[in-house]
Amino acid sequence: MTFFILIVLTLLGWLALVTVGLFAIVGFQDGVFWTVAAASVATALGVVLIQDLFKAALSLVGTFLLIAALFVLLSAEFLAVVQVLIYAGAISILIIFAVLLTRDVAQGNPSNKLQIPALITAVLGLTAIVFVVLRTDWVVMEDVLPSETMDRVEMVLATTPESIAGVLLNQWVLPFEVASVVLLAAILGALALIREQEDDA
Amino acid sequence: MTLERLLILSAILFSIGLYGALTKRNAITVLMAIELMFNAVNVALVAVSRYVVPYGLRADPLLPAEEVLLTVLTGQVFAMFIIAVSAAEIALGLAIVMAIYRSRETIDVSELNLLNR
Repeated sequence: MTFFILIVLTLLGWLALVTVGLFAIVGFQDGVFWTVAAASVATALGVVLIQDLFKAALSLVGTFLLIAALFVLLSAEFLAVVQVLIYAGAISILIIFAVLLTRDVAQGNPSNKLQIPALITAVLGLTAIVFVVLRTDWVVMEDVLPSETMDRVEMVLATTPESIAGVLLNQWVLPFEVASVVLLAAILGALALIREQEDDA
Repeated sequence: MTLERLLILSAILFSIGLYGALTKRNAITVLMAIELMFNAVNVALVAVSRYVVPYGLRADPLLPAEEVLLTVLTGQVFAMFIIAVSAAEIALGLAIVMAIYRSRETIDVSELNLLNR
């Protein structure tokens, strides 16, 4: 047991060393990006590949948290908070409760007969998207905007929690209200679906 | 390359979610894979709105008004609506799964073929 713990600690030490080396080579922001990207792909693969349904759900929570980290890197702090609250908080609790309430957990996380066609579809779709992304001539703000405008844009991006209220409640106020109605309808629908049926009805 | 690598990461996450949604037999895992796809789309939206020049700024890059500047946040607003819709979707989806489980004692999507008989 002690030997096992030593091996794990050594591996973790090497991992930390490699990460620090990566940060030193590519800089802090890029280092954080590559770490978060690799970890989020790994946890996403875990959702699909882990056989224990409960552990797959925990892996999904990990993906949600890492994507919140990506949002912070993209200077979308408010969205990161929303992601942690709604996805990592509420939705994962719902999923874990559903996992615990169904007895099919014992059967694990089996796949159907479509594995190879689905793999081909996913890889083809991925190839197409990557091809299009790399061939497109993106007009990036840092390259084309004059520096005064870029400073103002960065000012907006640095204060997203404040600025996003102005966008959400002016330009997008109608979709904002419709979203609340959608959520209300979802609550009522879920309650009506899940309600115990009366036996004497 | 900053925008491209984010979009490629989002495409990888979306493909993993697509594969999971197509192959898994447990209905809860299918819903989990769909959540993964929603998240990948959110990453792509936020990345594009962070880096690509908005239409208003392209037309008037020198002295844009405040409203024009705020259009760099449009992708984040879209992502927020997607989060709201996916919260509603997962609540309803899990309610349907529980209702099916209560009446049929299984949530294996391969065995849910009522329309096929």
